[in-house]
Amino acid sequence: MSNKPVYTIPIGPIHPALKEPILFTFDIQGEVINAVDFAPGKVHRGVEWMGMRRNPVQIVHLCDRICGICGVSHTLAFARAVEQIAEIEVPERAHYVRSIIAEFERIQSHLLWAGVAAHELGFDTLFHLAWRVREEAMDVIEYLTGNRINYGIVQVGGVRRDFTEDQFPRIRKALETYEGLVNKLVTLFLEDTTIKLRCMNTGVLTEKDALELCTVGPTARASGLKMDVRADAPYAAYGDIDVKAILPDVYADCIKGDVYDRIVVRLFEVVDSVRIIRDLMDQMPAWPVLWETRYAKILSTCKKAEGEAIGRVEAPRGECFHYVRMNGSEAPQQWKVKASTYSNQMSWLKILQGEQIADIPIIVASIDPCMSCTDRVTVIRDGSPDVMTKDTLHRLSVEKTRRLQA
Amino acid sequence: MRLSPSFNRSLWVFHFNSGSCNGCDIEIVCALTPRYDPERFGIKLVGSPRHADVLLVTGPVVHDMADRLRRVYAQMPNPKVVMCIGTCGQSGGVFFDSYNLDGPVGDVIPVDIYVPGCAPRPEAIIDGVVKAIALLERLEEKK
Repeated sequence: MSNKPVYTIPIGPIHPALKEPILFTFDIQGEVINAVDFAPGKVHRGVEWMGMRRNPVQIVHLCDRICGICGVSHTLAFARAVEQIAEIEVPERAHYVRSIIAEFERIQSHLLWAGVAAHELGFDTLFHLAWRVREEAMDVIEYLTGNRINYGIVQVGGVRRDFTEDQFPRIRKALETYEGLVNKLVTLFLEDTTIKLRCMNTGVLTEKDALELCTVGPTARASGLKMDVRADAPYAAYGDIDVKAILPDVYADCIKGDVYDRIVVRLFEVVDSVRIIRDLMDQMPAWPVLWETRYAKILSTCKKAEGEAIGRVEAPRGECFHYVRMNGSEAPQQWKVKASTYSNQMSWLKILQGEQIADIPIIVASIDPCMSCTDRVTVIRDGSPDVMTKDTLHRLSVEKTRRLQA
Repeated sequence: MRLSPSFNRSLWVFHFNSGSCNGCDIEIVCALTPRYDPERFGIKLVGSPRHADVLLVTGPVVHDMADRLRRVYAQMPNPKVVMCIGTCGQSGGVFFDSYNLDGPVGDVIPVDIYVPGCAPRPEAIIDGVVKAIALLERLEEKK
């Protein structure tokens, strides 16, 4: 074993196993991965920089396009931050509309992931099945918001569209479809011999590592960490209903933190989302859904606002965190986005170590990476990218704080 | 429309993400899954540009990906058609004023078909592919 030569294999940024551009470098000895390194930043569009030159009403639509899969989580987190600074009170019904759309987004995102995971295992039949059942959620989202992707429903101070009573039967029909499908999906994903062989004891992330690497969302929950922003720090309408963090022990006897456990967590979150939407629909208060319908009023309120705030939202991939600082001008003085994959991606180094080449795609996919959410900063000087060490970043951060305080 | 034997029931597409928000990428995969099922006509995603007839480009082409896009384009055999999916590939869209864009796509490689929308619906993407077939036919005839 030890006398085998070590090869360095680059994978990416364009590779059939990767859905998004990212560059991996694997040190491989025989079939076994010795070490992993990765270079993100291939999808960096400078969203924060652009945001700091636009007003909050425009930024909401920019937020939608940070990520096409979890757009509502970003808009919601940003809107929450701005509403706190400008002291805007969001109508009760708007909170419910936001939560219902967020839950439908979770359903479609998890089913999308389940399909991609099946595809990475070479199980294309299951991939096509998962994507077919996902269309039901997409149809409802389109029915409610008008768009399949980049819904543009969240607005500073509320939501741009209301649900009417005659739309409820269509939502209920979709929920019934999913309730009827649950057993089938659980059998197909969790009782299949191939999936069990490939996923059990693969890519294990222990509870201790998950905590130390600051993982969030389903990745952390699959390792046994009981954390879910919806339950820990309720936002929107989640305070009114019962939300619990889903751990793999809802299905399996013990928590191992392997790829299989991550499938368990995501599938049962779909089940839980269906229940949450039902509860939300039963309690929906009456109209209105927007704090102020005139954009000019929203803009002038935001312009006057001063202060800083954070917005935390449980996106399908984990906690999505927006920091906004406003100083009485049109554009925010500072806007920082920390998407869930940013916290999760460092766990790759741990979970890929000692695994086989053939398991790379499923292990990489198992944390549900979303590079377009994550790629926020690249420093390019004289045409060559600069690697920022922790010390440099710390120094820059301290300098910036001083500059802002001055 | 008659396809020549080389394209009949085997139009292969390669998908290139040049820094998109994933919205168009997801819709491309949606367009290939059972709801729309163009695989019955032989349209499918392939893993290598060397096997592909059509290049689907999403995203506004960020600086890091511009050179890679040119290389992927050069690797494709002739005749080839480039489809630009989504508004940001045509004009930059919401990212128009970003400092990190080398795009839009048309500035980096020649584009034959634009599918607008943010994100375009799967039907629109399939419509674009149908137009790509017609274009490939014309390119074949010219040879």
